[in-house]
Amino acid sequence: MSAVLPSTQQVWDWLGEVPDPEIPVVSVTELGIVREVRWEGQTLVVAVTPTYSGCPATSVIDLMIETQLREKGVTDLRLERRLSPPWTTDWVTEAARDKLRAYGIAPPVDGTASDGLMAGRAARLSGRSNLVIACPRCGSSHTERVSQYGSTPCKASYRCRDCLEPFDYFKCH
Amino acid sequence: MPSLPDVATPDVVTLAERAAAAQAQDPHVADVALKTAFFDWLCRMGDNSLILGHRISEWCGHGPVLEEDIALANTALDLIGHTQMWLGLAAEVEGAGRSADDLAFLRDAMKFRNLKLVELPNGDMAVTLMREFLFDAFHFELLTALTKSSSPRVAEIAAKALKEVSYHLERSSDLVVRLGDGTEESHARMQAALNKVWGYTGEMFAEDAIDDAVAEAGIAPALSDLLPFWQRTVGEVLEEATLRQPEQRFDAHSGGKQGRHTEHLGYILAEMQFLQRAYPGASW
Repeated sequence: MSAVLPSTQQVWDWLGEVPDPEIPVVSVTELGIVREVRWEGQTLVVAVTPTYSGCPATSVIDLMIETQLREKGVTDLRLERRLSPPWTTDWVTEAARDKLRAYGIAPPVDGTASDGLMAGRAARLSGRSNLVIACPRCGSSHTERVSQYGSTPCKASYRCRDCLEPFDYFKCH
Repeated sequence: MPSLPDVATPDVVTLAERAAAAQAQDPHVADVALKTAFFDWLCRMGDNSLILGHRISEWCGHGPVLEEDIALANTALDLIGHTQMWLGLAAEVEGAGRSADDLAFLRDAMKFRNLKLVELPNGDMAVTLMREFLFDAFHFELLTALTKSSSPRVAEIAAKALKEVSYHLERSSDLVVRLGDGTEESHARMQAALNKVWGYTGEMFAEDAIDDAVAEAGIAPALSDLLPFWQRTVGEVLEEATLRQPEQRFDAHSGGKQGRHTEHLGYILAEMQFLQRAYPGASW
């Protein structure tokens, strides 16, 4: 009846195999969206925080986490949504940043998240954003922003003015 | 492999613990005396996001350029995400067994508590962007104040939404400046858009008994306190955009917050609610 429950570290390792559905080169743990794993008696509780409030991948991620843990034999499982503290790209691991770059997505430049005030003013005064994003393909910093948004809520669209390739930038958030 | 990168950062752990503890004990969620006002106010927050989000989503597939189409769809997604949080909490406070979806899909127009500004038709891109900018500038100040709410549940939703709304405000002010200070055609359209929606902006700061009750409980700021900050942002951006602030009263139109809407809301609801009304409980 009382089988030995897997350790939380074991569960973290299993979750490290669950890819982000939109950017499958990084896992949900590398993105920093799994906030806590704990046992409440026989029930495994996994707290997940959304990246963006309306990100449609959120429910897919929940489903993938549940599928993975059930496949590993966890039967009594509860997923918790945690809002606070709100997700930040500071939680994206170093390893994940290298994987993003290799995948063609420029990783977030820390400390440049929108504050609605200064950054907006700086962007307006300089005509464009003053943020320098290196091209993930050729490394050039001679790039320009095409749009503040991209193919998913967490990305913006850029173009390299040297190799001329368009690319995604994983926005600092 | 350290799977939680920030686990060694003490303030994040402390924050998480404090947040988890706070979630369990929000003094306002079960406050019977405050329930009616708190529920109504949460519906105002949720309905503004829902109706503006729905309006902006109408551009999906119709944007003038692909990048703008995507940007508007993403903004709409953020707003619908905020709606789920606000109406989810509203349903919890009401305690009548309704869900966020029930509130969105099964209430009639006169039960909606959104500002008239957000239900106005999109018009051209100038009207859409000008309306968004004027609302974003207000939304930003409101959410900033709400991060210090006496309700931990409200504060955590505000903190989450604020990160996204900061981005909305930067984008919309940038576009107002670029189009206002753009070509003769874009300038004329932006000025016409400003004149058109200006009379609806005062409702954002008009206080009634509901606002007073939640302000007294420390849940929300007094809306009139936000006005100078909004005026400063709007004044700066309009000046840079070479646009002229209209002389007409900015509070000519009101009543949305109390459920008295323009005829436009009914058409939005007819489209948005049709499926749940025709096929109750349908899901996919």
